[in-house]
Amino acid sequence: MCMRDGAGASLRRIVAVALLSAAVPMMAVAAPNLGRPAMPEEVARWDLSVFPDGQGLPQGRGSVADGAAIYREHCVSCHGAGGRGASAEELAGASHRLTDPSPDKTIGSYWPYATTLFDYVRRSMPLNAPASLDDNQVYAVTAYLLHLNGILPEGSEIGRDSLPRVVMPNRQGFIAVDGGR
Amino acid sequence: MTVATTDRSLPKFAEVAGGGLLDRRLFLKQGALFGLATLVAQTAGAEAGQRPAWMRVPGAPLSNYGQPSPNEAEVIRWVAANPDAPGNGISWTPLHRLAGTITPSGLHFERHHNGVPQIDPALHQLLIHGLVERPLIFGLPQLHRYPMISRQCFIECGGNSNAGWHEEPMQAVAGNLHGLVSCSEWTGIPVRMLLEEAGIKAAAGWVIAEGADAAAMNVSIPLAKLLDDGILALFQNGEKLRPENGYPMRLVLPGYEGVLNVKWLRRLQLAAQPLMARNETAKYTELQPDGKARQFTFVMEAKSVVTHPSPGYRLEGAGYYQISGLAWSGRGKIVTVEVSADGGHSWAPSELQEPVLSKSFTRFRVPWQWNGQPCVIKSRAVDDTGYRQPERRILVAERGRNGYFHYNAIVAWAVDADGGLHHVYA
Repeated sequence: MCMRDGAGASLRRIVAVALLSAAVPMMAVAAPNLGRPAMPEEVARWDLSVFPDGQGLPQGRGSVADGAAIYREHCVSCHGAGGRGASAEELAGASHRLTDPSPDKTIGSYWPYATTLFDYVRRSMPLNAPASLDDNQVYAVTAYLLHLNGILPEGSEIGRDSLPRVVMPNRQGFIAVDGGR
Repeated sequence: MTVATTDRSLPKFAEVAGGGLLDRRLFLKQGALFGLATLVAQTAGAEAGQRPAWMRVPGAPLSNYGQPSPNEAEVIRWVAANPDAPGNGISWTPLHRLAGTITPSGLHFERHHNGVPQIDPALHQLLIHGLVERPLIFGLPQLHRYPMISRQCFIECGGNSNAGWHEEPMQAVAGNLHGLVSCSEWTGIPVRMLLEEAGIKAAAGWVIAEGADAAAMNVSIPLAKLLDDGILALFQNGEKLRPENGYPMRLVLPGYEGVLNVKWLRRLQLAAQPLMARNETAKYTELQPDGKARQFTFVMEAKSVVTHPSPGYRLEGAGYYQISGLAWSGRGKIVTVEVSADGGHSWAPSELQEPVLSKSFTRFRVPWQWNGQPCVIKSRAVDDTGYRQPERRILVAERGRNGYFHYNAIVAWAVDADGGLHHVYA
């Protein structure tokens, strides 16, 4: 039933494919073709991905100050004051380097991309009410967490254009093993 | 607990390695003689000829869905979760209480990032988009009409066995140390078929996969892997996926780290680059002694572990036992598993249960005549790429102790003079 195995294809099958192709344009392979086309607005609603180059980031912005307030309300109970960790992991305040026997893997010491913060907070956090923060609030929390890690100054803000430009301290800290490109 | 029967009246057999290891095919060659002797010894104590109580009353009625015997109530997953977030945690397959190669679906290990979603299959859909000619949406009624394949393979969490990185050997039963791995027969649609229907653009090299759980858990997967042997699984061990294993649909990527086998799949986005998601940067990466971290370590390397006997069991005394365990490799087939009963001074080949399947559990067994003295049991696997499961000291010398993930060193169980077992580094 696979029509990609050209070596064994009979003339009759080739003719059948040609006829099928003529009748249904764009059909590249032999398969049931039961999916329905996704409309661009559907894809936009469905798509949560944020890439390191900023692709997928929504319009919006948020400040370190606003992020601090949101953190106190939604994050501190699990991640602790100043991101020092509680029932959930520490996010800031690394005191041991990555080469130490007991390294601290915080956002500032370990995470290679700042865009990951937006992608992760928007899709997964807070754990007890995911998707409850709007995009500006996610930008604000992102800004605050970058500030806690000494990457953004107090009084600053972050948005769609500036977030992908943040260079994380451990940007060069990873070696791709099976997925190198 | 008793691991096997003993019968001290049995003849002495020739050792093939130190510590009493016997020819792996000893009893396969000699037929039923040994088995018969054991059976007689076991039943001699019963009240011979008496009908037991359950032969004097009608049995239980038929049932709609069979359950394990109430006598097996201890054969359960061991749950370890964050008390403040009970859906964020793991549960371990009790490998030390199972036989064969298939993990019962209800005992398949779990790792959830924010609980098991209660998905209405009538509302669940899969979107394929990104670098494709035609973004497509599939519902379950359509997907169930597609040509399907079945494949047996293991799924192993990248964090399985990670107690091995600890400075001192953690004392726990084998399943609670190594049971974040399970093996099922998965049935579903080759992902390649669905991606080709959408029309793969030349620039695509990665696929971002996302689940419909509360974490909307996402990872980046090389497109080549999905085209090679990726399955959109709808069935596990013959029945629809269990909710905790991705109902109504999940990715199965044979041999690849568990987190990439995205459960509750809702979206596949073709892209030129990986997304650098939290679970492929902050987590599921392995920090090395030089401060650099291994990333995109997808393949689960060869591993083996002796499940019988193992900590928690107590040998009844000197005499015959069967050593048995599981081996698997994310690169292909297991070709040999050697067993040592003298701490690695000498090794004997084990018998591998056929069929040996690629990227699947392989059961190994070897007969053993324990002399009653303290000893150390180990196993080491080799796969068909020639990769050999490493000794712990070699793995730790290479990776340090802060990698957290991808620990696959040789496991050692010490047998004490009283027949008890415990975990050792040896």
